Amino acid sequence: MVFDRVQKSYDGETLVVKDLNLSIGRGEFLTMLGPSGSGKTTCLMMLAGFETATHGDILLDGQPINNIPPHKRGIGMVFQNYALFPHMTVAENLAFPLEVRKVGKSEREEKVNRALDMVQMGAFGGRRPAQLSGGQQQRIALARALVFEPELVLMDEPLGALDKQLREHMQFEITRLAHNLGITTVYVTHDQTEALTMSDRVAVFNDGRIQQLAPPDELYEQPQNSFVAQFIGENNTLMGTVKEITNGVALVELDDGEVIDAKPVNVSKPGDRTLVSIRPERVEINKDRLSPDAHLIHAEVLEFIYMGDIYRTRLRVAGNDEFVIKTRNAPDQRRLKPGEHIEIGWLPDDCRALDAR
Amino acid sequence: MSDAASQTGPVLSADGKPLKRSLQRALRAQKLRALALIAPLLIFILVTFIAPIADMLFRSVENQIVSDTLPRTTRALQDWDHKAGQPPSEDVFAAFTYDLVAAAERKEHTRLGTRLNYEMTGISSLFRKTGRRVDDFGETYMDQFTQVDPALERPETWMTLMAAPDWQADYAAWDAARVAANKAGRDFDQPAPLFRLKAGVAEVLPETADAYAEFARLAQTENADNPADEEPWPPVFLALYRDLIHVGPGAIGRLDDASQAILAPAHDAVETFETVDLVDLYLDADEDWQNPQVWATIQAFAPAYTPGYFLSSVDLKQTPDGVAAQPEDQRIYVMLFQRTLFMSLVIMGSCVLLGYPIAYLLSNLPMRTSNVLLILVLLPFWTSLLVRTSAWKVLLQQQGVINDVLVWMGIVADDARLVMINNQFGTIVAMTHILLPFMILPLYSVMKTIPPSYVRAAKSLGATNWTAFWRVYFPQSVPGIGAGCILVFILAIGYYITPELVGGTTGTFISNRIAYHISSSLNWGLAAALGTILLAVVLILYWLYDRIVGIDNVSLG
Ligand SMILES: Nc1ncnc2c1ncn2[C@@H]1O[C@H](COP(=O)(O)OP(=O)(O)OP(=O)(O)O)[C@@H](O)[C@H]1O
Ligand SMILES: [Mg+2]
Repeated sequence: MVFDRVQKSYDGETLVVKDLNLSIGRGEFLTMLGPSGSGKTTCLMMLAGFETATHGDILLDGQPINNIPPHKRGIGMVFQNYALFPHMTVAENLAFPLEVRKVGKSEREEKVNRALDMVQMGAFGGRRPAQLSGGQQQRIALARALVFEPELVLMDEPLGALDKQLREHMQFEITRLAHNLGITTVYVTHDQTEALTMSDRVAVFNDGRIQQLAPPDELYEQPQNSFVAQFIGENNTLMGTVKEITNGVALVELDDGEVIDAKPVNVSKPGDRTLVSIRPERVEINKDRLSPDAHLIHAEVLEFIYMGDIYRTRLRVAGNDEFVIKTRNAPDQRRLKPGEHIEIGWLPDDCRALDAR
Repeated sequence: MSDAASQTGPVLSADGKPLKRSLQRALRAQKLRALALIAPLLIFILVTFIAPIADMLFRSVENQIVSDTLPRTTRALQDWDHKAGQPPSEDVFAAFTYDLVAAAERKEHTRLGTRLNYEMTGISSLFRKTGRRVDDFGETYMDQFTQVDPALERPETWMTLMAAPDWQADYAAWDAARVAANKAGRDFDQPAPLFRLKAGVAEVLPETADAYAEFARLAQTENADNPADEEPWPPVFLALYRDLIHVGPGAIGRLDDASQAILAPAHDAVETFETVDLVDLYLDADEDWQNPQVWATIQAFAPAYTPGYFLSSVDLKQTPDGVAAQPEDQRIYVMLFQRTLFMSLVIMGSCVLLGYPIAYLLSNLPMRTSNVLLILVLLPFWTSLLVRTSAWKVLLQQQGVINDVLVWMGIVADDARLVMINNQFGTIVAMTHILLPFMILPLYSVMKTIPPSYVRAAKSLGATNWTAFWRVYFPQSVPGIGAGCILVFILAIGYYITPELVGGTTGTFISNRIAYHISSSLNWGLAAALGTILLAVVLILYWLYDRIVGIDNVSLG
């Protein structure tokens, strides 16, 4: 499955999807993550054949599928609003894709029951969708998309309406099913935890473009630009200017004059404006753990929050009041007090100098 | 288990009263307010809708005119047996004379004639002709009585004979008050006291007392005259003759002295009177009075309520011998009802066939385009119905646009132009066009609420375009079809103008017949019965629809 320089515009004035290049391997679980309105659903619709790409090709097994009608694509789809047929019972809904494929009656019933059991809805076959809760409807929609064993399944926020426990259960179920059945899955979500826990790879969407396409750990630890860094996980940012770059370490002068070490990611030469990003859990308050020549920076403790497993401390660093650090709740860990003045530092690799957008 | 559930007996509210009662009290204020809000509409509907319908239902069975206008005749006819094939006795004719002369004075005999004419043609002219003459019947006796005693011609004599003294006193007092008021220039609108018979006279001279009392009261009510100034009409003398010939001298003796003095010579003389056959007088006016059928009809329609209009509405009629079918050439209503139902169904069907694709298209277009197209759909609403119907006349007639085009293209020959108007085809075409918006609008509003994702989901699940439409889209649009069908069918079944204009003879509806009876033949009872049947048919169909499809499956969006 390949998107090749795909563009999409609904009204001929603005591009909703701008230059989308993406290839998805067989059996892969790919998640599209991005803020609302970033074009995720549109991409799915193009894949499923309900919208045509304004420009570019979508290839399946090397074949362009622009001209294949939706019902021949064999793509299972879970719609954002479920789209369960209101005039059919749950069982009839599930049987529908099998019926149109002319699957025999007994086999059909067996598959429907199996799919219902899979989503733990075995007792609800005779109900109408309107008689189900939002979460139950989502599970039925999921079962319906899987019941005819498609090779590719598209899911548009299928777990949006579930409570946390069911949601986690379903996340696990979906990944298990996808891997067991060898289904290629394109999964759309708002929820970054979901994206990180379920996917083989995550494509972060913003503004009609893929900002970064990477496995979850890489995405979290090595964001390629400031959007990804800020969108995924919690993040501290400081504005500054690159002073020099030596041996893959950039010396950044912050706006208040302090100097720190950072890993150059999106900066190339001294004088570039940069946004430096550090994960809260990678900030070190214990000087002994850092190399002696590491640059330290002055900080004032503003707030200390006890959160059980971790301590969360808010600092003022280089004029930024929202600088947060997280420290593990361990016997030797210090509890900082508001008003205290400390020095903090980090490994140059954990501090990434990104574009200054 | 909660407290409330474990308690036995009624549940109590916080202040210790039964909860049900508190709830009712709380709801009562709400209900009253709701009632106040709908009251204006309710009154409006009661006055303009429910009341006329009730009146219509009543009219379709009401038949008081016969017994009201001919009270004596209907009573006298009770023991007459029409099966004997003979006209009734002279007593009936006498009773009829007193009734008819009063009806003619009130000018009601023609209305009655028209009413009875619905049941038997010819009665109308019979009544009209005879009504002109009936106040002369009895003239012979009047002449002979005045020969015996000229005083019998004078009003005062009759006052002495008939009027109750206290009435005379009342009347004099009233008259004095009126004169005084006139003199003072005041308005005077008290009604005159109505004539009252003297005690005892009705027992001795029953027919005369009855006929004279009717005469005196009519003189008061119809002409505002004083009976004391009026000479009675000849039928009163007929009654006097018939009474005197029957009673013995002893009966006369039971009257007061003044009356005895007046009547004794007359009583002695009646034996020698030249007699006239009352029946002959009638036959003189019209031979048909001999026909027992006329009297049988009067007898059959004497009751105050009749199923006759309803029977007529289904091509039956009420005859003196019971219910019978109308003659073959007069059976039209059943056929008209069938035609109305059939054509309404055809119109409804063509509206579905034509309207569904349009509504589908409208609901799937972008908002701006669909709004423009919707205006086109609504455009006919803004044109006069007459204009649209007339336009169809122009298009469909034999020298019309469509025929011209067909001839020009050589599809039909010039001398074989198609007849497309003044028949069923014309009515169906024009009415389909006129009622189409009523189908499209509910369909459109229902289709508008069907999200496109359903069809998409169906397709992604492997359904072809057709399957997706038929299995997923169509069932969801059925409520719209139901609503549209009910609207169009019910509008069509009562349609009037269009069939009237383009229906010719084969394309008219029952409503055209109803209109005819309302405005031309003035047979309102029959029109009401036809309308009632039409209403019942619609209600039955509605009920059937509810049973089969379910009325909650109808949606306007
Ligand atoms: N049918 C349409 N016609 C015109 N514009 C559309 C249409 N569908 C979507 N858009 C626009 O395209 C953009 C992307 O929409 P899309 O539905 O792909 O967002 P999304 O990433 O799925 O958002 P969400 O997470 O809220 O579902 C939005 O700005 C939206 O307004
Ligand atoms: Mg979406």
